[in-house]
Amino acid sequence: MILEVNDLTKNFFLFQLEREVLAFSNLNFTLSSGEFLLVAGANGVGKSTLLRTLYRSYRASSGAALYQSKHGQIDLVRAADVDMMLLRQEEIGFVTQFLRPRPRVSAVELVAEPLLFAGVPQEIALRRASGALEMFGLKPELWQAYPTTFSGGEQQKVNLARALIQPRRLLLLDEPTASLDATARVALRERLAQLKNEGVAMIGVLHHPEDASGLIEREILLTSDLPLDTGFLEPEEANYVA
Amino acid sequence: MMASYATEIALEPPRLVQHAPLLTASRINKRYGSVIALEDVNVELYPREVLGIVGESGSGKSTLLRMLNLEENPDSGVFGLHLPKYAEQNLFDLSRFERRQLRVHHIGIVYQNPHLGLRMKNSSSGNVAERLVIAGERNFSKLRAAAKRSLEVSEFPISRMDDPPKNLSGGMQQRVQLAKAIALKPALLLLDEPTTGLDVSVQALVLDTLRRLQRDLGIAMLVVSHDLGVIRTLSDRVMVMRNGRVVEQGLTDQVLEDPQHSYTQQLVHAKL
Repeated sequence: MILEVNDLTKNFFLFQLEREVLAFSNLNFTLSSGEFLLVAGANGVGKSTLLRTLYRSYRASSGAALYQSKHGQIDLVRAADVDMMLLRQEEIGFVTQFLRPRPRVSAVELVAEPLLFAGVPQEIALRRASGALEMFGLKPELWQAYPTTFSGGEQQKVNLARALIQPRRLLLLDEPTASLDATARVALRERLAQLKNEGVAMIGVLHHPEDASGLIEREILLTSDLPLDTGFLEPEEANYVA
Repeated sequence: MMASYATEIALEPPRLVQHAPLLTASRINKRYGSVIALEDVNVELYPREVLGIVGESGSGKSTLLRMLNLEENPDSGVFGLHLPKYAEQNLFDLSRFERRQLRVHHIGIVYQNPHLGLRMKNSSSGNVAERLVIAGERNFSKLRAAAKRSLEVSEFPISRMDDPPKNLSGGMQQRVQLAKAIALKPALLLLDEPTTGLDVSVQALVLDTLRRLQRDLGIAMLVVSHDLGVIRTLSDRVMVMRNGRVVEQGLTDQVLEDPQHSYTQQLVHAKL
């Protein structure tokens, strides 16, 4: 087991309005290596919030998320900021629908950056970055361009390449296919299948779960009515990877 | 009265990160007359890390930076750098001479106002070389080569390396300061509003240079800014200061996207 979530609750306290907004409460689930957990539910029930809380972009209100790091077990809800930084660099990846391009940084460099930070020599990092961009079908003439002016789909390809370029143990996927064309969707599905086979655990929010068909074994359903309904899919509904 | 923090969960001390912080400052207090400039401020900065300090004017962020640059002592507090010759020492106890040695070799600083960091009428290369001279280098051609290298790393146009800073644009002056600051590959780089007052496009260039430097040289940086965009671009973690106190700290994305303190929420919502 790589992750055990116990009674995880997230509220936002908005001081300006002096009120609390509940995102989700008392969530319980576990995840093993190589497993894909789909987070399902209508808009606004807190699916993305759950991913962000696990990544610690959001602070949980209560509960625990015990993560089995290669350095030892740690509660993502309470881990020191520098420990979270280490996990983000080495083990936990977050794939969003949005790219945050930076001025004067080319697509290929943006993708290579996590590798460069990890100390991979520039030449190798750039070659691997080009390979990743090629895999997701970004036109080679755009590799050296600045993504600030790219279309949504093109930015998304850069984003995926960047997020999936490093080995990870846990991937949090927040609508990774949102603005992708069919070719890129297939490429992404293939890449995820490959990572899954290598033992990467994944938690995904997907508008179109069929984009990950064959990868998802388990599902939790978030609803605005509490308590939350969680559990395994029925065996006949579950898709196991061959 | 409502609670000022949204979450009640306290974070644990680091357990996965094995190395010691490069910089540890604890319980720093400073008053100017009846004005409290810093109250019980604690800072930890890890090797290769970029820590942002945000807050409005008068929050104490620049005062804190001056103390960490050993320009001024607090009323009380302990400041240590995890460096071979200085381990276990309170750096506030160093003599003037020792401070200068420490600064020259281990701390670089870039001020918002280039006049504070540069001799405006000397050549830019001379400004950079000055550091190396203080460190003991006397050979002219070596000095010039080292200054040139440092200016190149800071992405300064080399054709202008002999111009005095007073003839340069604001963005170029900041690069000269940066070149000077990193000439001796310090362990710690302090940046005080490094891009405030620059045009947006120049600001982007300087920020990009800083990120490259951090990535390639692995220098730990402390960036003071009132600009949340600058902080977001540069820093891994952020500390929010108000009235001389640290009101909140956390991972940069967390502080900006899910601020826990009422003041930070105001600050984030005030961003354009």
